[in-house]
Amino acid sequence: MKFTLSWLKDHLDTDASLETIEKTLSSIGLEVEGIEDPSNALGVFTIARIVEAKQHPDADRLQVCQVEIKPGEPTVEVVCGAPNAKPGLVGVFGPIGSYIPGTGITLEKRPVRGIDSNGMMLSERELELSEDHDGIIELDTALADCVGQKYIDVAGLNDPVIEIAITPNRPDCTGVRGVARDLAAAGVGTLKPEPTLKHTVEGDFDCPVDIQLEFSSQAADACPVFAGRYVRGVQNKPAPSWMQQRLKAAGLRPISSLVDMTNYVSLDRGRPLHVYDADKLQGHIRARLGKAGEKFEALDNKTYVSGDEMCVIADDSGPLGFGGIIGGESTSCTPETTNVLIECAYFDPSRTATTGRKAGVITDARYRFERGVDPDFVVPGLDLGTEWVLELCGGTASKAKIAGAAPSGGTVISFDYGKVQRLTGVDIPASEGKRILEAIGCEVTDNGPQWKVTTPPWRPDVHGAADLVEEVIRIYGLDNVPAVPMKRSHGVTRAVLTDGQRRARRARRTLAGRGLVEAVTWSFIPQEQAEHFGGGAEQLKLANPISVELSTMRPGLLAGLLVAAQRNRNRGFDDVALFELGQAYLDDTPKGQMQLASGVRVGRSQLTGSGRDWRGDAVTADAFDVKADAAALLSALGLDVAKVQVTRDAPAWFHPGRSGVIRLGPKMVLAHFGEVHPATLKLLDIDGPTTAFEIFLHALPPEKRKGRARAALDVSDLLPVRRDFAFVVDKETDAGAIVRAATGADKALISGVNVFDVFEGKALGEDKKSIAIEVTLQPSTKTLTDAEIDKVSEKVIAAVQKATGATIRG
Amino acid sequence: MEAEALTTIETELAGEIAGCDTLASLDDVRVRALGKKGRISGLMQQLGSMAPDERKAFGQAVNALKTQISGKLDTRRGELTAKELANRLATERADITLPVRLGPLSEGRIHPVSQVFDEISEIFADMGFAIAEGPDIETDDYNFERLNIPSDHPARQEHDTFYLSGSLPSDDVGDGMRKVLRTHTSPVQIRTMLNQKPPIRVIAPGRVYRSDSDQTHTPMFHQIEGLVIDEVTHLGHLKWCLEEFCKAFFEVDEVKMRFRASHFPFTEPSMEVDVDAAAIGKPGQWLEILGSGMVHPKVIANCGLDPEKYQGFAFGVGLDRLTMLKYGIPDLRDMFSADLRWMKHYGFLPMDMPTLARGMSS
Repeated sequence: MKFTLSWLKDHLDTDASLETIEKTLSSIGLEVEGIEDPSNALGVFTIARIVEAKQHPDADRLQVCQVEIKPGEPTVEVVCGAPNAKPGLVGVFGPIGSYIPGTGITLEKRPVRGIDSNGMMLSERELELSEDHDGIIELDTALADCVGQKYIDVAGLNDPVIEIAITPNRPDCTGVRGVARDLAAAGVGTLKPEPTLKHTVEGDFDCPVDIQLEFSSQAADACPVFAGRYVRGVQNKPAPSWMQQRLKAAGLRPISSLVDMTNYVSLDRGRPLHVYDADKLQGHIRARLGKAGEKFEALDNKTYVSGDEMCVIADDSGPLGFGGIIGGESTSCTPETTNVLIECAYFDPSRTATTGRKAGVITDARYRFERGVDPDFVVPGLDLGTEWVLELCGGTASKAKIAGAAPSGGTVISFDYGKVQRLTGVDIPASEGKRILEAIGCEVTDNGPQWKVTTPPWRPDVHGAADLVEEVIRIYGLDNVPAVPMKRSHGVTRAVLTDGQRRARRARRTLAGRGLVEAVTWSFIPQEQAEHFGGGAEQLKLANPISVELSTMRPGLLAGLLVAAQRNRNRGFDDVALFELGQAYLDDTPKGQMQLASGVRVGRSQLTGSGRDWRGDAVTADAFDVKADAAALLSALGLDVAKVQVTRDAPAWFHPGRSGVIRLGPKMVLAHFGEVHPATLKLLDIDGPTTAFEIFLHALPPEKRKGRARAALDVSDLLPVRRDFAFVVDKETDAGAIVRAATGADKALISGVNVFDVFEGKALGEDKKSIAIEVTLQPSTKTLTDAEIDKVSEKVIAAVQKATGATIRG
Repeated sequence: MEAEALTTIETELAGEIAGCDTLASLDDVRVRALGKKGRISGLMQQLGSMAPDERKAFGQAVNALKTQISGKLDTRRGELTAKELANRLATERADITLPVRLGPLSEGRIHPVSQVFDEISEIFADMGFAIAEGPDIETDDYNFERLNIPSDHPARQEHDTFYLSGSLPSDDVGDGMRKVLRTHTSPVQIRTMLNQKPPIRVIAPGRVYRSDSDQTHTPMFHQIEGLVIDEVTHLGHLKWCLEEFCKAFFEVDEVKMRFRASHFPFTEPSMEVDVDAAAIGKPGQWLEILGSGMVHPKVIANCGLDPEKYQGFAFGVGLDRLTMLKYGIPDLRDMFSADLRWMKHYGFLPMDMPTLARGMSS
């Protein structure tokens, strides 16, 4: 909300500086969003009088003026191009060095066609007061007495505009008086008494327009009271300039007295009013619920359709406007209006908000009613409105017509004042607490440990003890609350991370340590992609997505990562290695939220580096590179990768022949890895070979931590013995089967089996391959004899043959 | 044999040794001198035909000669070995200006938001806060109702909150059962209070979602919630906690803060907190960093705790915003763009694990 400093001072008696007011407003919860102080831009310009104006010797259109800028001092010479410059003119003078806001120029002393100009006489456009540039400002010649004074002071423009943000709980501060009350409570001046009315507003004839409330008992709270008064014989002239100036400062366009005064009361008191042209009303006026499909043309010249839960104001012809939101065009006031009906009603905050939202109308009235206007200010508001109509437009007022009764405002709260200290830690004297509560409008009875606090009707947000604590500390000043150290429960900080959190932390740094770059991609992806990656269930679709690209909760992280990788490729980065650690969704329950660590390697992005290199170019990443990522991460997270199984049943978004699943037992899937399926690449519009892995962190078995001490180191001083074997097997045979068989051939002696060669060639036969392994024998008690080694070798061969049907390669 | 003859042999051999340029020629000299048929070995063979007294003196002289020649041979061998190594090394020259690859520890990056989360975890852990978590898909009961946000509150409208399919306010679902994407991390307050007896000290980081997208808003972003519930914690503790956090996080000895009264449905009193931008080297302006307050008694009661007994504070911070402020990142939207150039520039090395002892940033 915007208002000017002088307007505030209508209600607040203060000589506090603007800075103090600004600081206090922000501190007490009325955050200042901006202050426009005209004196910043215009304070340098003064009243001046042209004493003499002569034709410039070298320029037809210029005059050389002698200008009095300080009373009694010698004039200065100013060159002026304005046609209206003439002796005796009282205008506005800009000295050398002043910045002219309308032209963006800083005045310098320099000759104009050979004659020095010691400043400038200014037009309204140059001061950004209007578009008028026909000539320089011509003030009343009586202002010649004011030569030398600041123009903004003389013209009444020296009125800073303050803009504050109002939190939704504060209807009282939607009017300047409420702001003044809060400032006074906080010690910035005193609240002036309620102004008395100058006119006798209560007339002696009955209101000729009947007012009725037509609600069922369930909807009666929509508009519990509707007060009106008829004013005969008004003249709807333009509002006085001071009122127009204030409305303009508040961001409103002045229209006519009848419209402007409702806006003024709304801004001044947070009290919206409405004025109908009574001659345009048909029959009696009523508040009721709308009937589905009813239409009316509103003051914004838009046609609105009413719903049957909306509160409308209607006459015999149908709805005229939405109650508490916007009036109707058909009964609006015009300059010709002579008889009016003033409405001052109370509309339910919640229904007003809903109606406004559904109809899509935002108005100053709605802004106030949906926060909750002061229910006790219905009749006083009507009187105030009548006062302004009589003041600005003349006429004769009727008696008030009041349908219904206002809901009761204010609550009685039993308040243990000790709560202030308990909740804030500050010992604010009870007398000060009481003063604050009274200053914001509460009535306080403090004879006893439990105070009885009656809240003011303009504060519907205050209804419990905690609210009162808030009021006290808000006005006392949060900056005055001393910081108090929290108690430490341990001298040295204890570890706090859960197993899952430890894992996430380690996973993130392990993957980054493998050269992958961490991305954060959207949790929602296009439905089509979600379906492709095994998701897209109805319950995971957003009902109101921001776009189809962000429409469905993701079943995994790969779609986002793959698309991100391609975006980078499109920017010229051929080799991309990304990972993300984050959530994906099986269903809409908390348990259905998975935690994944997934990564992609695109192009030649290898662990050791990517792209070309003088020591040998990186090769295109393949299934084994991402298998290494997955295995390394699982290992870093405490899993013995020698014990996991690798199966071939990766999901459909992977290449069927070049992908795998890492699992512990048949049911526990820990990871997928492999080349991405060409159909997936096509769907995501990705070029080039792409590999990916996804690790299900949430599926990992709990960490086993058996004390801190490591098991004793068991090493032998005897040298290990290594023997190589080459087996020829069917192409379909898994190397893993050979390794497993060899490892199990003599568990006591065999300490390791490593595949060091895989070979396919015509010599072996079309459907054969050779796999060479190195078997390490680790004797523990004595050096092995040749005979013993031969015996183990035979066992290895036999075991592998039995498991895979291999033959030993000669 | 005369002593004079031995001297001649010594002189001749010494000359030959000194004249050797290669280890091979030196070995030839050794064979000619000390080999089986060498000159000094020949002298030894003469001993057998000598008279015993003569034999003793001659033997000693020949042995002395042998020792001396062996010594000279060793010395020369050492010199020649060193020379040959030097010659070889002189030819073994690599172009050490060729570039090398830095390896994966230099290539990988941690996203700034992850890094800052680790920093914040360190700081709050030291103040005794554990880390709580909650799901992204919440019910309107936890996300709104129990946080004292009534059903007609603007925040619950479709233009602010993402609803899951079939859960819109206009759909026929009971209030409290609607599925929403959490709009803040505050529902973790509810989950924590429902599942844990006070005293409670937790922070809860995570993704949150709002139907908003422009230059400074993204439909998904990160928050960190803080919650303390016990029987004594008050507003003064909240101020201390936030001041300590800001000093540790921005890594400055002093930080000027401003606490402004505000309004949130789930706290009372509520306050917004500004930090003097001097903390990030830009003095003279206030930066709004978080909203906070004492947990509303209704919220405490909504979690089955007695608000007459238990009290405490809560705060919510935009994690992305803190990250941007601290590390000078200009545009929120880049956080989620997965642009390699951005991540390499603003990201952190995997070994840069923030700890209290080493400091937050590197």
